Amino acid sequence: MADLSINFAGIRSPNPFWLASAPPSNSGMQVHRAFEAGWGGAVWKTIGAPVLNVSNRYGAWHYGGQKMLGINNVELISDRPLDVNLREIVEVKRAWPDRAVIVSAMVESKPEVWHDIIRRIQDTGADGIELNYGCPHGMSERGMGSAVGQVPEYCEEITSWVMEVAKIPVIVKLTPNISDIVMPARAAVAARANAVSLINTLNSIVGVDLDTLEITPNIGGKGGHGGYAGPAVKPIALNMLATLGRDLVMRDSKLPISGMGGISTWRDAAEFLLLGASSLQVCTAVMHYGFRIVEDLCDGLSNWMDEKGYAKVADVVGRSLHHISDFGNFDLSFRAVARIDQEKCIRCNLCYVACNDTAHQCIDLIDKDGQVVQPQTYEVQSNGKEEAVSSRPMVKVREEDCVGCRLCYNICPVEDCIRMLEEPSGRPAVTWAQLTESQREVTDDWEQMKKYRDKMGIHIP
Amino acid sequence: MTERQQTTDRAKALEEQLPALTRNQAAVEAARCLMCYDAPCTHACPTHIDIPKFIKKIATDNLRGSARTILEANLLGATCARVCPVQELCEGACVLGAEHKPIGIGRLQRHAMDFAYGKKLNFFAPAEATGKKVAVIGAGPAGLSCAGELAKRGHSVTVFEKRELAGGLSTYGIIGLREPVEVALAEVNMIKTLGVKVENGKELGRDFTTDDLRARFDAVFVGVGLGATPGLGIPGEEYVIDGLEYIEQSKLKLSNLVVGKNVVVIGAGNTAIDCATVARRIGGGKVTMVYRRTEREMTAYPHEYEFIKREGVNFLFLTQPVRVHAENGAAKALECVRMSLGPVDASGRPSPQAVAGSNFSLEADQIVKAIGQEKPSAAQQLKLKTEKGFIQVNRNFETSLPGIYAGGDCIRARGAASTVMAVEDGKLAALAIHERLVARG
Repeated sequence: MADLSINFAGIRSPNPFWLASAPPSNSGMQVHRAFEAGWGGAVWKTIGAPVLNVSNRYGAWHYGGQKMLGINNVELISDRPLDVNLREIVEVKRAWPDRAVIVSAMVESKPEVWHDIIRRIQDTGADGIELNYGCPHGMSERGMGSAVGQVPEYCEEITSWVMEVAKIPVIVKLTPNISDIVMPARAAVAARANAVSLINTLNSIVGVDLDTLEITPNIGGKGGHGGYAGPAVKPIALNMLATLGRDLVMRDSKLPISGMGGISTWRDAAEFLLLGASSLQVCTAVMHYGFRIVEDLCDGLSNWMDEKGYAKVADVVGRSLHHISDFGNFDLSFRAVARIDQEKCIRCNLCYVACNDTAHQCIDLIDKDGQVVQPQTYEVQSNGKEEAVSSRPMVKVREEDCVGCRLCYNICPVEDCIRMLEEPSGRPAVTWAQLTESQREVTDDWEQMKKYRDKMGIHIP
Repeated sequence: MTERQQTTDRAKALEEQLPALTRNQAAVEAARCLMCYDAPCTHACPTHIDIPKFIKKIATDNLRGSARTILEANLLGATCARVCPVQELCEGACVLGAEHKPIGIGRLQRHAMDFAYGKKLNFFAPAEATGKKVAVIGAGPAGLSCAGELAKRGHSVTVFEKRELAGGLSTYGIIGLREPVEVALAEVNMIKTLGVKVENGKELGRDFTTDDLRARFDAVFVGVGLGATPGLGIPGEEYVIDGLEYIEQSKLKLSNLVVGKNVVVIGAGNTAIDCATVARRIGGGKVTMVYRRTEREMTAYPHEYEFIKREGVNFLFLTQPVRVHAENGAAKALECVRMSLGPVDASGRPSPQAVAGSNFSLEADQIVKAIGQEKPSAAQQLKLKTEKGFIQVNRNFETSLPGIYAGGDCIRARGAASTVMAVEDGKLAALAIHERLVARG
């Protein structure tokens, strides 16, 4: 069985799954229960400056009958008194010596205030500290959270203050509300932080109430942007994670990355590991289903690792990064075409309408005699299930015209019904970067491009 | 038990079987729909309702738009949502049927229709008056559909209905378990709001003649349905109750309905199953269905047969009644003979033949017959050509007499009679009549 334990910048935990700093880790009692359920660690809900919270603090985005594909919140950092939090951290750590207890902190941007909170956290026996430079609402209006994370200079300066007194590993948590995620990460490297984590929540407005015209969630007639998280943000998080994984400064620093942002299943978890995360934080999925989900997170990941022959988590970390490149390095001669498995096809014709209306018009409807037919051609007096089903045409890709856009593949509701087949184009491999290098005129001028296409046998109607 | 209590219990026993979907149930079910393109469900529906479209509108919480989508194709969408044999039509063609459960199209349609009727929404205003007058004979699904479609197009429509209430079989002939009478009557009212005049208690031949129609109207639509239940032609027939009357009482005069403790229903069509349902649910006693052929030949839909078996009704196949034994003016037993299947007959099914000397007696304190209906007599009254006893029409639903159209059960020489087919006939006939009237100017 795969060894799921990790050593993240010196913080050890029996599995890579930590509660993210958020409502699920708001109290000792909750973290205690989470550890009982099997969580490897917990990043305590951010402690620091005094706050007051409001009601209707979470909004959610539902889609297609699925609840909470995204959640946004205007909840602030812990509203429980500092000394209560610190005392509970001591108790939890004492009771769970093998689990990772990391404490998230956010205070006013003054060296002495940061020094003080770091010392008090270290006195609890916690395993690490996470600096919350990400919170995009409320705290940022007071010059904390993302107000720090969005300015690499502040990020570096405050982290330096922390590192002056820190005796345990320090993780800098990054905000995604920034145009280049690399900049604050490099600031963390420069300030000699021990690790980074990402992503914090995204600025968002989750919706508008069509009855009252108020913002969702409605806080006494007002509402505003809140931090967005959940399954919907996963692709954004993966991209930012991979961007750090490919940054040379980050690579040289060897700083580990704690990944988060929409991790709901072990499959998500494996993807985060493959793109360079070496610990994983989870919040929304826990808020949706409770602490119990950690069982399948561990079980599924472990089974997958066994199947793939990976003995430990470190064997997986970053394993897919080398597949990531830029458009300029993609092989322009690579060709794939869609093929529909007629045995599996249920004749919903969603691929047909998608291709015909919005893609490249290369799927045909074929009747029993092999003739191409148009949709909606049955007689008005034809009806009944037998006639409807037996006369239904089949959908077929004209492979010679298929550009391999992969829209039909993405739409098809049947598993493995549409496959993207790699069909050699017969052209030598060439990238845009190579083309620019070797035949600049082709990439600069449409007339030259046309000639190049003719020569290469590339026909685009 | 007080009389009032008994009445309430009876009504409860025949209450609409399927509960309405909640908003959330409907949303979840609607979200399951793949929204097929050129969808097979729409093809399978005789009225070709754009089903993915109305379901998507339920998913987006546009119930008003959903209801309109349904009614544009089928003015009797509320009835059809309840009585359509969806397993044979839309749901039977659903692409999810093979591996999963098909979408509950009927119940989603009911959800949208309940919304529209609950809010008393009107979707259609009559077009500018054309000055043309059309008579519709019979206020059943075919007649109402035809009348409504014509009224939408600006024609003045009068519906003559021999019964006290309009709605035809929806009002009188389908048990409340499937369609409450209020649903049928609400649809009649909706058709009236389109400007259709309904004259109740007016029967062809008794209250008006063909010549009256010719004199007063520019076109006629005949949607008279079928006739009475035929006689069994056996001794003691006078002790046998007509199944359609049995159902009618269960819908409109439930407290007066007499139900035996040992009921025999003759026949194995959908009406026979409705009769057996009433007998089981109201009487609570033994109910036996007697059919001269086998379950393979019965005309009831397979899902209805499954339903009635679950209700606890017994079946005697290959059994034909030959005599009713009575005592003290009431049925006591039904004497039957065993049958065996012979060569295929005119109906395309193997003909049942009596097995000599196999007579036996079936105890019964109530005998109900539901063995189909007689051919429409209107054909003779109007001197229309017939096909197998049904009114003959061309592709435009025009009869042998120009300007006289017909649709619904009275023309159903081929295929199974159903409400939704009648609605489509009425709609298509209305389009043909409209063409004719407009073309003539």
